[in-house]
Amino acid sequence: MNLLRSATLLRHLALTLLAGFALYLLSLELDPFRNFQLATVAAYLCATAGLTVLTGLSGQLSLGHGALMAVGAYTVALCQNTLAEHDVTGNGVLPLSLLAGVLVTMAAGFVIGLAAARLRGPYLAGVTLAVAVAVPAATVTFDELFNSEQGLGVYVEPPPLSLGPYFPNERWQAWIALLGALLTMLLLANLVRGRFGRTLRAVRDDEVAARLSGIDVARAQVQAFVVSAAGAGLGGGLLAVLAQSVSPGAFSLTLSLFLLMAVVIGGLGSLSGAVWGALLLVALPDLAHQVSSGLVASSPAAAQRLEGNLPLLVFGLTLIVVMIAMPGGVQGLLHRVTGWARRRLPSR
Amino acid sequence: MTPLDDSAGLALHGITVRFGGLTALEGVSLRVPPGQVVGVIGPNGAGKTTLFNVVCGLVRPTGGTIALDGAPLAPRPHRLARLGIARTLQGVGLFKGMTVLENVMTGAGHTARAGFLAGLLALPRGDRDERRLREEALALLDRFGVAGHANALPGTLPYAVGKRVALARALAARPRLLLLDEPAGGLGAQDIEELAEVITSLPGDGGCAVMLVEHHVDLVMRVCGRIVVLDFGRLLAEGTPDEIRDDPAVAEAYLGAAVEEGAQA
Repeated sequence: MNLLRSATLLRHLALTLLAGFALYLLSLELDPFRNFQLATVAAYLCATAGLTVLTGLSGQLSLGHGALMAVGAYTVALCQNTLAEHDVTGNGVLPLSLLAGVLVTMAAGFVIGLAAARLRGPYLAGVTLAVAVAVPAATVTFDELFNSEQGLGVYVEPPPLSLGPYFPNERWQAWIALLGALLTMLLLANLVRGRFGRTLRAVRDDEVAARLSGIDVARAQVQAFVVSAAGAGLGGGLLAVLAQSVSPGAFSLTLSLFLLMAVVIGGLGSLSGAVWGALLLVALPDLAHQVSSGLVASSPAAAQRLEGNLPLLVFGLTLIVVMIAMPGGVQGLLHRVTGWARRRLPSR
Repeated sequence: MTPLDDSAGLALHGITVRFGGLTALEGVSLRVPPGQVVGVIGPNGAGKTTLFNVVCGLVRPTGGTIALDGAPLAPRPHRLARLGIARTLQGVGLFKGMTVLENVMTGAGHTARAGFLAGLLALPRGDRDERRLREEALALLDRFGVAGHANALPGTLPYAVGKRVALARALAARPRLLLLDEPAGGLGAQDIEELAEVITSLPGDGGCAVMLVEHHVDLVMRVCGRIVVLDFGRLLAEGTPDEIRDDPAVAEAYLGAAVEEGAQA
């Protein structure tokens, strides 16, 4: 027990394995549709976890993380298709493509980070907003490579035969995405718990005091952007693998805004909050869809108008309620509840 | 290093700072030898904080040179800690989203050996670093009698406690030269008494020199070996506390007015 307390890696590994085992059992129970949703949550989690480190810890706002996800998704798509064309197959291909997606997105994050380190507040928001708009547009400009609005199909190998002939593809996808998400959470938790996390929070709280404490503020800000971009790249790549296609419509400005809203509602700066955010990203549109399809019976015209707009409305309302009622987000609320419970219960 | 070595410590030579048409500092030269406490006093707007900002690299001087131990110094704020220079800010200036303990640990961040990769993989190297930083920070908090607040957020602390934590954060960097910007501002008599003891103890352990900007003249007279008086960006006088007290120019420009201010406050 003492070893777990003193060795961060062992503690985080143990938690990751425990979570992985629980999720494995869960994936065996879920039907294919729910497994696909679970996989989508895992893919979004990579991005929200990265975004919460950037915005919550280093204090840099990004409205462009949807675009960074697109960079990862398109890189994975191009890698997978090129490798398949050259008949390169095997178990190592997908991890290699995902790694390429992460690396290319990190490079993009580095470039944005360099600009971001010189900008503050609304100007930074403006630049990242421009990225969010420019990247989907670039797929139209370079349509020979990216095939414009239609997007690309992504070749993904079926589940290995060793799992049996009737193994559901969705469960296999869930496993891939969960593995990526667990790895992301493990690495980010390591970073956030240590000196890097402290450095980022120092930069967020007081730049002058951070400098005087020996912190190179610009460097820390660029690092935060690169780390965050790695998460977004993996998340985007996983989404591409899940959907087996990529198109600019899937990575619109709305996605960037959804991601930001998700981490704020979940609890800015907390990795557990990023989990809540990723869950909401999948659950709320689903909920909104159920509401609007429930309306079809009574008023088809209203249902048609709401379809597509309702998720945004629900998300916006949730954001407003959360900001007023619990500024710390879901995770902040849980923290307060557990703290209250601990004080009320007799101490041991 | 002999204590009488002329080049040892911090030396400013002919520092001039102009903001547009306004001259904040004009040809200021002074030395802070190792193990000495040097006070900088002067009326509001005399250029005291600008002088600090020049030493920290927050303001680039229009003219003049800075040297540290004889070597020319072009200060950049984030490199100072590694050079052995630490500074406290006016007010409290703590990181408000971090606990008191984390604040102090941040001050010593540059002494950590483990890099980014060690942090990413949570290697034992990083854990060892963190443990050492934590122990050193706790020891410093204990020394200032605020270890009980280690897990509190700065916003919840009384002002005087916050000032002590800020001082602990600066000392966590193990400086050779500590720049204190109005450390007694807003403190009560009892706290100023304890602050004076801390400042006078600094040269004793490790030979840390102190440069002190302060309005509280009693404190400056008590703890400083040498005092520099600035007025409208110029060096008005320099000497021991007794010399400064008896200097008619200083009395006319500053001390008389300051004593009256102090009496009213």
